[in-house]
Amino acid sequence: MKAQTGLTLDRVTLGLGGVRLLGPLSLTVAPGEIVTLMGPSGSGKSSLLALICGTLDPVFTTSGQMLLNGRPLDGLPPERRGVGILFQDDLLFPHLSVGENLAFALPPGLRGRAARRARVEAALAEAGMAGFADRDPATLSGGQRARAALMRTLLAEPAALLLDEPFSKLDAKLKTRFRDFVFDHARGLGLPTLLVTHDPADAAATGGPVIEQPATADPPQRSS
Amino acid sequence: MAETVRPLKATERTIGRTARLAARPGGRLVFVPALTLALFLAPIGLGLIGTWAPAIGYLPALGGTALSLDPWRQLAAAPGLAGAVRLTLVTGFLSTALALALAFSLLAAWHGRPAFDRFRRLLGPLLAMPHAALAIGLAFLLSPSGWLARIVSPWATGWQRPPDLLLVQDPHGLALTLGLVLKEAPFLLLMGLAALNQIDAGRSVALARTAGYGPTMAWAKTVLPRLYPLVRLPVYAVLAYSLSVVDMAMILGPATPPPLAPLVLRWFDDPDLGHRFMAAAGACLQFALVAGAIAAWHGVERLVARLARPWLSAGGRGGGGALLRLVSGTAGTAAIAAAGLSVAALALWSLARRWRFPDALPGEWSLGNWMRSVDGLAPPAVTTLSVGLAATLIALALAVGCLEYERRAGIRPTTRALWLLYTPLLVPQIAFLFGIQVFLVAVRLDGSWLALTWSHLLFVLPYVFLSLADPWRRLDERYRRIGACLGAGPARVFWRITVPMLLRPILVAGAVGFSVSVAQYLPTLFAGAGRLSSLTTEAVGLAAGADRRVAAVFAFAQMALPSLGFMIALAVPAMLYRHRRGLQA
Repeated sequence: MKAQTGLTLDRVTLGLGGVRLLGPLSLTVAPGEIVTLMGPSGSGKSSLLALICGTLDPVFTTSGQMLLNGRPLDGLPPERRGVGILFQDDLLFPHLSVGENLAFALPPGLRGRAARRARVEAALAEAGMAGFADRDPATLSGGQRARAALMRTLLAEPAALLLDEPFSKLDAKLKTRFRDFVFDHARGLGLPTLLVTHDPADAAATGGPVIEQPATADPPQRSS
Repeated sequence: MAETVRPLKATERTIGRTARLAARPGGRLVFVPALTLALFLAPIGLGLIGTWAPAIGYLPALGGTALSLDPWRQLAAAPGLAGAVRLTLVTGFLSTALALALAFSLLAAWHGRPAFDRFRRLLGPLLAMPHAALAIGLAFLLSPSGWLARIVSPWATGWQRPPDLLLVQDPHGLALTLGLVLKEAPFLLLMGLAALNQIDAGRSVALARTAGYGPTMAWAKTVLPRLYPLVRLPVYAVLAYSLSVVDMAMILGPATPPPLAPLVLRWFDDPDLGHRFMAAAGACLQFALVAGAIAAWHGVERLVARLARPWLSAGGRGGGGALLRLVSGTAGTAAIAAAGLSVAALALWSLARRWRFPDALPGEWSLGNWMRSVDGLAPPAVTTLSVGLAATLIALALAVGCLEYERRAGIRPTTRALWLLYTPLLVPQIAFLFGIQVFLVAVRLDGSWLALTWSHLLFVLPYVFLSLADPWRRLDERYRRIGACLGAGPARVFWRITVPMLLRPILVAGAVGFSVSVAQYLPTLFAGAGRLSSLTTEAVGLAAGADRRVAAVFAFAQMALPSLGFMIALAVPAMLYRHRRGLQA
């Protein structure tokens, strides 16, 4: 078992086409701590999260070092980093049932159909969605989808959690409740958590450090 | 604890270790694009060279070792050449222009209306129909003794026996032009519809209409100039195809002279082997004709674009567009009706025991035509099915490999790559298939199942790729990313996320590929070398014969196979995902 030292970024930079988008950024997120990164859109915040979880588009240039509980993340494929991420869209797989979506994330080490099913059912119950395993994700309400997405991320047993504006598409009432739900789980599991948002209320709700990120350069227009 | 971000200084770009943090494997897939290009461009290159060489007298197998211009002199002196070239150009340009006009006027006048969505659903079956089957059905419909003449006789026309009129195989190639329009307009319409997704046409039209433009004029001035460049390559493919079509021309076109491509094929098939040299020269002429036609079309495009420029901002608002709606709606309905009636004519003839002339329906029905044809039907059907499935599976594997490599390596698709992909659709088949045959004979593969499958792959692959590329590139990348972040490796992400989510487009692309394979006439003729025949070559051969009932059986079977493919491609995902609303089309 490695020391639980959390998520460390050391002089990480991010650039595109010779233009620096972000950094150099150095920070440490302790286990159970929620650090917020705030800044204007297009300033590379989401790309930083993609860099940490290993899914960054290769057109970006990067430098610096990232450690998770003392283990360097550099060069590891995303599936071996142990970094969970939640986007503003729930991205539940539309071809799988709710239960299958959650089971997709369960580590292969948990063997046996019944055991896996039980773990999924427990997670759904925890999200107030007991008995939803066979439902089509397209039939869920917005709040249910968001909670199912979080449970899916957590079932993969990540060592760190990245939140890419996961509350921005929810209406005000739902937002507060889901935010508390996410933060409670992140703290309860002792996950170092990095939140990207442009809503000061999100940042205030974390009770943790906030990094105001200035626009370092004119964000280049990305052609889609 | 967190530090604040330090602001950027230009010099800091080089500070710190510049290790690349992002892991980015292209993996073994890196070989797939190269393999794909080699598999389908190399044969075309070899085929062209193998056709050009005999055109200047070099074909050692037939005793041609000295270079000479004799093949060209022979070609120039060939009877009917001028007429064939004229006919080729007239039918090629006319059918392409009409197909484009029909497709675009339907889009301009009807896009976004509920009636259009119903119409649109008919396009798929029309597109799946092989050229030969449609041509045979159309001939059964329009000929002097055809179904239409029977329906209106004798009460309206007084005809007791078939009139002596050249309604199909007419010297001006009008029936051929009609057949080509029926087949190519749906293709252009579908390509146009796909392109409309890219340019946000609905809002452009809405904006222009709030400025007082009529619906059609709004479309013509805000959508058309952006739409045309996106369908330029499909238009060139249609032009190239119409100028060099063989199977449809043999069924619907005139015989003396036929258009250039069937004429050249006749020379290639001549018992006098010496005609091969002249035929090769004719194949080169066909190549030049298509290249010149595309260049000329491109020139007209530029001219129109320049002349229309002031018109775009001249302020003319146009009317309600009722006339265009009426004209295009009528033409579109007539086209669908003609295709539908052609299918019905095939079905009727295949089930007719006796059908005397002025009767509107067969006098006696029977399954005998089918029973008697089983023995003749089975071998070409097996060839058609096995070659079609194999070519489609290989094409799917290659297309998926290329698209996955493109995605993983972060490559953006380029126009040049698209031109490469269109190469087999732009180069006339007759211009390189003889060269391929020469090559196949040299390596003793002529007439083999492998050679036939490969020759079909050349044409199946571009269509499979084109059909799959758009949905593949449009799949939200974050699904795969979240899969990876949930601990799934690339293989698991591919099989558990990408393939199931794209199952429908994958199967549809497969159905498209299969229908393209089934429809191939000339490649089957050349690579099959007379030893392997398909439903298509059999149907075209029988179309010239006296017995309509047997021809109808083969043409109907040729048409049924691809339709079956499309039905499976639509039914399987609909059944698998019947409880998945997020995946229903």
